[in-house]
Amino acid sequence: MEEGAAEGVTQEEEFEPLILAICCNWCSYTGADLAGTSRLQYPHNIRIIRVMCSGMVHPNLVIDALSKGADGVLMCGCHPGDCHYLEGNLKAEKRADALFLMLEDLGIEPERYRLEWVSASEGQRFAELMKDFTDTIKSLGPSPYKMY
Amino acid sequence: MSNDKVGAVLVVGGGISGMQSSLDLADAGFKVYLIDKLPSIGGVMSQLDKTFPTNDCAMCIMAPKLVGTGRHHNIEVISNTEIESIEGEAGNFNVNLVRRPRRINEEKCTGCGVCGAKCPVEAIDEYNWGLTRRGATFIRYPQSVPLKFMIDKEKCIGCGICQEECKAEAVEYDQEEQKFDLNVGSIVLSPGYSMFDPSLKTEYGYGRYKNVVSSMEFERFLSATGPFAGTVMRPSDGDIPEKVAFLQCVGSRDSQAGSEYCSSVCCMFAMKEAIIAQEHSEGLKSHIFFMDLRAFGKEFDDYYTRAQEEHKIKFTRCRVAEVREVPETNNLIIKYVEDGEVKEEEFNMVVLSTGFRPPENVKEFAETLGIDLNKYDFCSTGVFSPLETSREGVYVSGVFNGPKDIPDTVAQASGAAAKASSIISSERGKMITPKEYPPERDVLGEDPRIGVFICHCGINIGGVVNVPDVVEYAKTLPNVEHAEHNLYTCSEDTQKGIKEKIVEHNLNRVIVASCTPRTHEPLFRSTTKEGGLNPYLFEMANIRDQCSWVHMHDADNATKKAKDLVRMAVAKSRLLEPLYKLELNVFQSGLVIGGGLSGMTAALEMAKQGFEVHLVEREKELGGNLRNIYHVLSEKGEDPQKMLKEIIEKVKNDDKIKLHLETTVKSIEGFMGSFTTELSDDTKIEHGVVIVATGGQEYKPTEYLYREDSRVLTQMDLEGKLAKDEIKPNSVVMIQCVGSRIEERPYCSRICCADAIKNALKIKEKNPDAQIIVLYKDIRSYGFREDYYREAADKGVRFIRYDDENKPEVTKEGDDLVVSINDPILGEHIKIKPEYVVLSAATLPQPDNEELAKMLKIPLSKDKFFLEAHMKLRPVDFATEGVFLCGLAHSPKFIDESISQACGAVSRACTILSDEIMELEPTISEIIDENCDGCAYCIDPCPFNALTLIEYMRNGNVKKTVERNEAACKGCGVCMATCPKRGVMVKGFTLDQISAMIGAALEVV
Ligand code: FES
Repeated sequence: MEEGAAEGVTQEEEFEPLILAICCNWCSYTGADLAGTSRLQYPHNIRIIRVMCSGMVHPNLVIDALSKGADGVLMCGCHPGDCHYLEGNLKAEKRADALFLMLEDLGIEPERYRLEWVSASEGQRFAELMKDFTDTIKSLGPSPYKMY
Repeated sequence: MSNDKVGAVLVVGGGISGMQSSLDLADAGFKVYLIDKLPSIGGVMSQLDKTFPTNDCAMCIMAPKLVGTGRHHNIEVISNTEIESIEGEAGNFNVNLVRRPRRINEEKCTGCGVCGAKCPVEAIDEYNWGLTRRGATFIRYPQSVPLKFMIDKEKCIGCGICQEECKAEAVEYDQEEQKFDLNVGSIVLSPGYSMFDPSLKTEYGYGRYKNVVSSMEFERFLSATGPFAGTVMRPSDGDIPEKVAFLQCVGSRDSQAGSEYCSSVCCMFAMKEAIIAQEHSEGLKSHIFFMDLRAFGKEFDDYYTRAQEEHKIKFTRCRVAEVREVPETNNLIIKYVEDGEVKEEEFNMVVLSTGFRPPENVKEFAETLGIDLNKYDFCSTGVFSPLETSREGVYVSGVFNGPKDIPDTVAQASGAAAKASSIISSERGKMITPKEYPPERDVLGEDPRIGVFICHCGINIGGVVNVPDVVEYAKTLPNVEHAEHNLYTCSEDTQKGIKEKIVEHNLNRVIVASCTPRTHEPLFRSTTKEGGLNPYLFEMANIRDQCSWVHMHDADNATKKAKDLVRMAVAKSRLLEPLYKLELNVFQSGLVIGGGLSGMTAALEMAKQGFEVHLVEREKELGGNLRNIYHVLSEKGEDPQKMLKEIIEKVKNDDKIKLHLETTVKSIEGFMGSFTTELSDDTKIEHGVVIVATGGQEYKPTEYLYREDSRVLTQMDLEGKLAKDEIKPNSVVMIQCVGSRIEERPYCSRICCADAIKNALKIKEKNPDAQIIVLYKDIRSYGFREDYYREAADKGVRFIRYDDENKPEVTKEGDDLVVSINDPILGEHIKIKPEYVVLSAATLPQPDNEELAKMLKIPLSKDKFFLEAHMKLRPVDFATEGVFLCGLAHSPKFIDESISQACGAVSRACTILSDEIMELEPTISEIIDENCDGCAYCIDPCPFNALTLIEYMRNGNVKKTVERNEAACKGCGVCMATCPKRGVMVKGFTLDQISAMIGAALEVV
């Protein structure tokens, strides 16, 4: 049993997922920058896309990304109350519920999408999130929609 | 005053106060020199983790102001600089300054940080209050503005490593002190404060016991960028404490410590730290030891309630006698007296809430500037002139004129900006020079021709990422016409190079792959513009913060990722379009609603700024609540009624002020820059801004026999009767918090404690033998008002505490008024038969606030006062642009605070009124009419009420569509994400652009 599990791990380690992190400009992207200036090391699998607010991201974009082969999408916004545009982040939160339903229809594991709050001073948290999410995706294995 | 006025202002001190003043002044058309004696601006707020009462992250909310100040073309930030002397007078000062050498060339330093990382010296890091170390070559904090390193001469050993390492050749060891002068019209002082040194209170063991820390140090413990990355740890052993005690009033309200005043913010500060500490470490328990809990600000009492009920923080009312260490465990034992009993309790850690002190070397500072200080060495100001120093043309804001929190500071900072600019308003716009750009090339219809510039950032990127390889890769991407690498893409010479390459290769898109757009996009956009292209044809890839710095030990993957990020940027860049700033016509006049002190002040100040203003008051007379105020607590003994007369005179005689008495507002249409208002007398006025100064009113109690017995008065009644010599009481019982801090009205009315003390002193003045008893819950005589509390006690006024379970009762026995109360100190029930009972009645919001709120589309707080855009940093703005707030309409406050806020509202308003035309960022939403079918899903979610459903005739049919108000839209894109039909896009972040980036990220390479 133990050996089997160990084998599983080796196999998973060979899988390098491709993950998108969509970050709002005001808090989360700034948090990502702070992870950088603080030289916090996190997995290289993340590609960050900067948007002005987590509330501007159309659910179709997320579905598109996941159905075209992204192994995971992580959406980061300001903590509730901190959104630069009052409550864009809360809108993103509501949309997440709808998104999970759509993912179910597509047969995509809900763990492949995650919404998180990262503040401008949470460089550490940003780096940890990146590690954690990458680990989650690694353990899930490649997206069923992966084209290569 | 001199005739040759100068349209420039010197702002001294770059904390949140100085930044706010600078931004307001610069936006209103004045040149600003912002000096700070430190190498970077940001002040104390940059060191805070969170802010009360919203628990917002301090850096998150401050960063936009920080960056905005640093890059504003009308603001010159001059660091390491102090004033040597001042000549001249209001309107035209000549200021001599001295600048300490940075020893690093600011023009050349790119802020890459290699020098600091390589510096072998370990010096005390003041930013973390000495809790960490930094190099001799250092930067105060990662987001520093300016982002320039400095060599600390004291600590530098001259090893030369930084000079060797600096690829930008910015190190200049032999830089000398520099003297220079500036010619300015006025000066704003915001030098901030220093902290009381808690080691002077030897009984608390600070400095002797490792686990006794100051509140400022503890703030750094809580911060993610602090010494322990946000984990609360004991300095002695790194253990996570289970029990933390907070001791209030350390160096405040303490005659031994020489600071009898109250520092105003520490109660809230401690509660915040206690809550955040519990959030950071599960299981941690906070316990606050205090004398009076002074939660007097807007919604502060709610915070207090939450601290007790939700967070289960313990509060004990006492003064702590002593802190003792248990040597084996480094735990601390706190000895205190509660209800006459000596108690002891053990804690793992103790936080001392240290008070505010005037800034260091304040006496010399005051002498240099020629201004007066008060008896505690803070700047001396008056009740009716809270922003003016004793020297004409020199204004003050922030803690330097009295301890205060951030919102009060920000309002004052704006207010001081209004004062500083009104004396030079004739010079508006004269000292600012708009930047000249070459004509823009029309690129419409051209295929994209992209230039990619990839930065080594010294070795910051190049040391990990294989930059030449990325360049070669970029060249293979579609539409890339040119790619190159630069040692520093942001250096002067590369900027020139980029402009040349734009022309040489006929480029129509520019990409820089380097650091973060948050700091560098404005620079490169401006370069793109200088190269003859629309600045929005620029895109950035952040291969430093997202590649080399976070994958330092994995060069291959860092390089691969850099290529991906460049490919994603190219994909978006292909879809970029030229965008143009929107221009909005501005009616350069204002509407002020409410003719009380705040409204009149706002109107007068706006007139002084040179703008016409309509002042609308529903009563027959101007003056509002000030009509009922006859004396104030002040060393200067101002006479409120005399002041009122003068102010009314000024308002009536100012030909820029159009007075509308016995008039109300019927309707307001329009938006920032162009409002149309109809008044109750059918007058129609057009104006660019609105200031809401509708005031508040005193609660008319239903309790304690008020209305039933004429000897039961409110403080306002009493004040009038005393002033008119109608009564000369021999014995009075005052009851505090009547109608405040109760279930249906949980807020504190802020002014009643000091009002009670003021009237008690007035009675004592008339009749020194009068018996006065004040029944209170907490005495909240914050700031310098504490002096009068002590004075009253010294003169024999008795203060007896009551709590909600033991409220006083007022009854009648025969003809006598009887007040019964439990005396907690004597532990017995007492009965008093005073001549008068005086109720400190709550300050209420105006009952018709709701109507005006609907008209202006602005929100009310749950206490029904108006709710500002942001509790901390936008105290006089509304989220609806062009509408501002001041005075009691915001929340209960004193005269000086109302005046500061009124001036602040004017300052904010002037940033809009200063020009006939206002420029707006073009990155807002745009309706795609052919896709929009008028389903209106987007309308409700819009947080700024910027969208309306309209109908128009198209080809003989009614077509529904949505209209976007460009003045209201901020480009948040909630509409874009809601629209099912691709009917609305945010320019610069369209669905296609984001989707292109996603597509590029997923491409198999
Ligand atoms: S701005 Fe960060 S979530 Fe809205």
